[in-house]
Amino acid sequence: MIDIQLKDTALSIEDCTGFVASDSAGGTTVFIGTVRNKTKGKAVVRLEFEAYPPMAISEMRKIAEQAKEKWNAEKICIHHRTGILDIGEIPVIIAVATPHRKAAFAACQFCIDTLKETVPIWKKEIFEDGEVWVAAHP
Amino acid sequence: MKIEILAFGIAKDIIKNRTISLDIPEGSNVGFLKNELTNRFPDFQKLKSLAIAVNEEYQTDEFNLKEKDEVVIIPPVSGG
Repeated sequence: MIDIQLKDTALSIEDCTGFVASDSAGGTTVFIGTVRNKTKGKAVVRLEFEAYPPMAISEMRKIAEQAKEKWNAEKICIHHRTGILDIGEIPVIIAVATPHRKAAFAACQFCIDTLKETVPIWKKEIFEDGEVWVAAHP
Repeated sequence: MKIEILAFGIAKDIIKNRTISLDIPEGSNVGFLKNELTNRFPDFQKLKSLAIAVNEEYQTDEFNLKEKDEVVIIPPVSGG
């Protein structure tokens, strides 16, 4: 089972761990992305996330389906935020439940690494003296 | 044919709009469209990458466009 959500309200860790809970899973890994207070030593005021919603959802689903297949995952949950996020808030949660623990770590890492490469979501860092779209330029 | 293009992230800043309409020859492919865009907006060349999605799927330069396609400029993504 797979649960994919793109939301403009606060994400819930309990929703994600609750969704993946399974009697046949021996391990669950959870990745929680949080908004850091600085980037390359420069203070960040807040982040703004923009998404192309239908494709962001379908690309996240593809990632979850690949991970489910490759690591025999029981359940995978990927929730991502849009909108304005302050320091400490959560832009992304990935929870993966698999029969054995090694697969849970590997599948979760695959999901977050691939999400950062393929899912059409964009993050803007707002500083005191300006703003920048993250990773846009070489 | 007229193609309506949606822009997100830095692409929106580069074209200074959320959408742009381009008139390109019938049967043009994604590569042609990318060339048109970078000719009109040279700032696209400065990006780390430039992808085009058609009807919610990434497409290669060889993919042929049709008038009613939903075309989206995908600048380098940075979710997570």
